[in-house]
This record gives sequence, C-alpha cells and structure tokens, in this order.
Amino acid sequence: MIGIIDYGMGNLFSVSKALERLEVPYFLSEKKDELLKADALILPGVGSFKDAMTILNSTGLADLIKEFADTGKPLLGICLGMQLLFEDSEENGMTEGLQLLPGHVRRFPGETAEGEMYKVPHMGWNRLVFLHSSPILKGLDEDYVYFVHSYFVDTDDQEAVISRSLYDVEVPAVVGRGNVFGMQFHPEKSSSLGMALLRNFTELVEERMSVK
Amino acid sequence: MLTKRIVPCLDVKDGRVVKGVQFVQLRDAGDPVELARFYDGQGADELVFLDISASHEGRKTMVEVVKAVASELAIPFTVGGGINALEDMKRILRAGADKVSLNTAAVNNPDLITEGANFFGSQCIVVAIDAKYDEELGSWRVYTHGGRTPTDLEVIAWAREAAERGAGEILLTSMDSDGEKKGFDIKLTKAVSESVSIPVIASGGAGNADHFADAFIDGKADAALAASIFHYKETSVAEVKSYIREKGVVVR
Repeated sequence: MIGIIDYGMGNLFSVSKALERLEVPYFLSEKKDELLKADALILPGVGSFKDAMTILNSTGLADLIKEFADTGKPLLGICLGMQLLFEDSEENGMTEGLQLLPGHVRRFPGETAEGEMYKVPHMGWNRLVFLHSSPILKGLDEDYVYFVHSYFVDTDDQEAVISRSLYDVEVPAVVGRGNVFGMQFHPEKSSSLGMALLRNFTELVEERMSVK
Repeated sequence: MLTKRIVPCLDVKDGRVVKGVQFVQLRDAGDPVELARFYDGQGADELVFLDISASHEGRKTMVEVVKAVASELAIPFTVGGGINALEDMKRILRAGADKVSLNTAAVNNPDLITEGANFFGSQCIVVAIDAKYDEELGSWRVYTHGGRTPTDLEVIAWAREAAERGAGEILLTSMDSDGEKKGFDIKLTKAVSESVSIPVIASGGAGNADHFADAFIDGKADAALAASIFHYKETSVAEVKSYIREKGVVVR
C-alpha cells in the first residue's frame, strides 16, 4: 500500500484521485508508525519550502521520511515535495531540506542572460526531455506535462536528473537516485504522460514488493 | 519551451452547465464532468468553471461538481464565482480544484488575495479583472459584479497590485470585446501582459482560430479563454491548436 504523507500542505485530493484512477491502493496519514509500514511513500506539496520544512520538522515527519528512505522502499516527492528532497532552498530565506539528494533550490532569475524578462512562475505545459533510461520512464515517449513553480533544483548530480525541461534554465523535471524519486511538475494534472509516470512509479513499488 | 494554453470556460448553475451548450453526441449536455472530459479529449490545456449559482444550495452543489471533475480529469482547472472569503477558497481547493478565481471580492477586499496566496501559494490564486475602456480615464476601468458596477480602479494599476499581493495569474476579460466575436482586445491584453510578471489569460471576443493567434502573438497572452465558440462548435480546441501551431505559436 502506498502512503501519502498528509502534513497539511499538499493537494492530497488530486494525488489520491489519480491513484484511484490507476486502481492503486493508498492511504493518507500523518502518523509516523502508519507511514513507516507503507510499501512506498508519496510526499506531495504546494506552498513554500520554509513552511513545509517547519511542519515536517516540528511533527517529526522529516525524520520519518529520512528513515523511510533508508529502508530502500520507494519514495516520490511531487512539486514542492520533490524540492524538499534536496539540500536546501533559498525560498523565504535559506532553509535546510531533507538532504536525500544533492542540489539546491533556487528561484528562476526572471531575466535571461541577454537581459530579456520572462514570467515567473513557470506555469503551464512544457515538454519533457528524457536524459537517462530509468524504470520510471519505461515504455514512455517524451511529451508535455503541467508545471507550476517559481523555484527549480540546481544540481551537479547529472545522473540523478532523469528528465528535464527548459524554461530559460534547465529544469530538472524527473529526478531519481536509488529508491528516491521526484517530479517537479504535477503528474496527477499532466494528462496521459503524467498518469503513465505515476503508473510506472506504482509498478516499481509492486515489483519491489514481489522480489521481497 | 512553455506552451500557450487554450482554456474553455463553462458556466455552472446549481451543479449543471448552463448557457446554450450544443453537444449532440453527449448524452447529457448539462453534465459538467462529461463536458470537461469532452474538452480534455480535444486537448484543452485547462478548464475554468464559473459558478453562477446565487443560492447557498447551488454553491454547496458546486463543491460536489468540483469533486467529481477532480476525480475524473487529469488536467488543471480553476473555479470562479462567488468566492468571497478564505473559507470559500478552502472548500473549493480541498474539493480538488487547482486554482480559485477572485473578482469582485478581491476588489472589495484586496487582502483576500494576500491571505489566499499566503495560505495556498500564489499558484492557486487567479485574479479575474473585467475591463472596459474609459475615455475620461484614458485607460481601462475595472468593473465588478459581473460587469455591472464601475470602480475607481484603473486596470493596469489593479493588475500590478494583484500581482504584488501574490496573485499567480490574471484572468483578463475585455467587456468591450466580450460576446462580439471580433477578436480579443489586443491592446488591453498586451498592456496588462507587459505590466505584470505573472501569466495573463486573455478572455472575451474569441470568434475564430485567428483571434487566438493574435492574442498570443500580438497580445502577448499566456493563455486564451473562450466559451461560446467551443460550446456552439464553431471551432474546436484541436482545430484552434493546429491552426495557431502553423502560425508559429507553440502549443501542446
């Protein structure tokens, strides 16, 4: 069963409905003991990095997520939930993240190197470019997905960036290292490719359970 | 590269889509979920549901509609109409909408934009502006209450304030162009789009696919909304997209 971490900062409804459409069993919880028993965890998130980390730290969920990741069971962060997996973010003052993946969360400059202004947030449908083969991309073709964010992950860990998109800067869109995955866009709002990516994640969870 | 968005708009009253929607092949043209699915199938990038229910019961029904749409659709959607307080936003967003659109309530109480953005994040807060050109003002004036009430606000200044207060997007309707089917108000759209650093959805006046190309290329809009030309099947989202793609507009 997949556990969705309910810490008051995600659109839990749309993520859970997407899992229902895929006919994947899930539960929502904020309780550490329940979440630890899950076969995989999803960390959703909208809002600010600082607020999210404050809640995760004060509730002990930050430690729970790290502990869970150490077990080798799959973990997926979505949107802000993906950003939280990294080292830190400059949103509303430097804040430490969960530090499960190497990289820093920075704001889109809003101005190109040539001095041309562009809009922030990066809001709308943008094309994914697949960089590495990964079980999460299995059987899928490059297509558009729906992004809404003002901050992006800046990382030197090229291997962890499975797919990227381009919005002035290169935006890591699907990241993964070992059992820890992240999607910067909203797969649950990204039509067929988004649903297929979620399905691949849930299949990865099932495969892992069957070899266990 | 970010694509330009085509956004069909549905008016919902007491849980049903109203205002002359012609969809012969649909079993029930008044069902918001079925219509939403229809537009999704055509490649709509996003949907807007405008709740025009006046009654308390109608508003409660809207929450059910939002839940049903969110269960069935994997594209983003916005709900506007009758959202007057943080509590209203909570109800709609928790039911599964991705964004709420504030119009009259934001003008009456601009703090609502700030509160909403702080609580849910800017990406959830759309400020809808009904704009009409005013000779005396030498610019566009903001109207509220569905275009019935003129305010003291000038559109560009109000759009800037909304953005500063944390709005994530502006839904800009030209009252001069609305219903005329002679094209979006390009001057207005361009003026607002170039004045704010958040996306602008052009609305009002769409009559054919060419008008969308104009809104994006000349009007610098990030998205364009239309209702009747899609409802009456004068064109389709797919047709608009294939036409404007040839004109060099990047679409999904």
